Amino acid sequence: MNQLQNFTKGFIKENPVFILLLGLCPTLGVTTSAINGLGMGLATAFVLTMSNLVISIIKNVIPDKVRIPSFIVIIASFVTIVELVMQGFLPTLFEQLGLFIPLIVVNCIVLGRAEAFASKNTILSSIIDGLGMGLGFAFALTVLGSIREILGSGAIFGWKFIEGDGMLVFVLAPGAFIVLGYLIAVVNKMNKA
Amino acid sequence: MEYILIIIGAIFVNNIVLSQFLGICPFLGVSKKISTAAGMSGAVLFVMTLATIVTWLIQNYILDPFNIGFLQTITFILVIASLVQMVEIILKKISPALFQALGIFLPLITTNCAVLGVAILTIQKDFNLLEGVVFAISHAIGFGLALIIFSGIREHLDLMEVPKGMRGVPIALVTAGILALAFMGFSNLV
Repeated sequence: MNQLQNFTKGFIKENPVFILLLGLCPTLGVTTSAINGLGMGLATAFVLTMSNLVISIIKNVIPDKVRIPSFIVIIASFVTIVELVMQGFLPTLFEQLGLFIPLIVVNCIVLGRAEAFASKNTILSSIIDGLGMGLGFAFALTVLGSIREILGSGAIFGWKFIEGDGMLVFVLAPGAFIVLGYLIAVVNKMNKA
Repeated sequence: MEYILIIIGAIFVNNIVLSQFLGICPFLGVSKKISTAAGMSGAVLFVMTLATIVTWLIQNYILDPFNIGFLQTITFILVIASLVQMVEIILKKISPALFQALGIFLPLITTNCAVLGVAILTIQKDFNLLEGVVFAISHAIGFGLALIIFSGIREHLDLMEVPKGMRGVPIALVTAGILALAFMGFSNLV
């Protein structure tokens, strides 16, 4: 597999949200608007890329038995960095994402890539894999957030183009499940065709 | 009265799965049969309560006095991971029957964001230890309630005629959405 394929596989073919169904908690929880989805996606992409990088560098040093705890500590360190940086520079976004920032640690997609890819591959392809998967995740969250924002409040990225209130249910919890359900059905159809 | 509010709030109003979106992975993963759903709920109840007690003690007696609150995320996840391991070892020795019943679900709980989420929420809400325990237990019950209702629906769903493209996960998610809609009926209760 060449590096370009390695990079693009995260977007549609092996998209973490639509195909692998990993990391669904933040996917559903923070996508009340497109900007929240994008912010969360980029934060996760950063953690994913950096932890993939570090893990592929030290993969030969870590004893096999304690590899999962070591991976978790590495991931948790980067999550703490993101948490502090976001709190300092993007306080409003930090407030809105709230609990889901520390929860990037237990996002299965990060640990999943560490275990399935970074611990077996070279540094360069691990970085590219992390970047591709992370951006694929951000892409999925932005799409979901945009759809919910358009249907729920008639706006996109905060720019209102439909007058009136919109269908509030799509901003609330049930809308998240329903929109994601239909999106997955559409992606499945596209992948088969 | 305060405790009753915490309990009703955690089980119905802010149901951890259907309105806070924590623990979605087991919610979709182990909800195909009622019996496995019940096993998972039991294991979560156990670990969530223990984890909340331990993390509360760590936060209030170690992290706060030494002013190292920024280590919260790293500490909590390590504590939960080792706690799960420990529970597994102890359970194997003391109660092999319970270990058999919970067996495969225990390791899965480490990556269940509901456990870490509730531990952090307890700290954020400034609960004392007893309130924290009540909070954790009622959240776990809320998780179990949602999981068992959902698995009951999914068992029926298997027998239904579902359009081809919607089979499997998509229809499960739409069902969960309708379930969440039903739980919104509780939203002004507290």
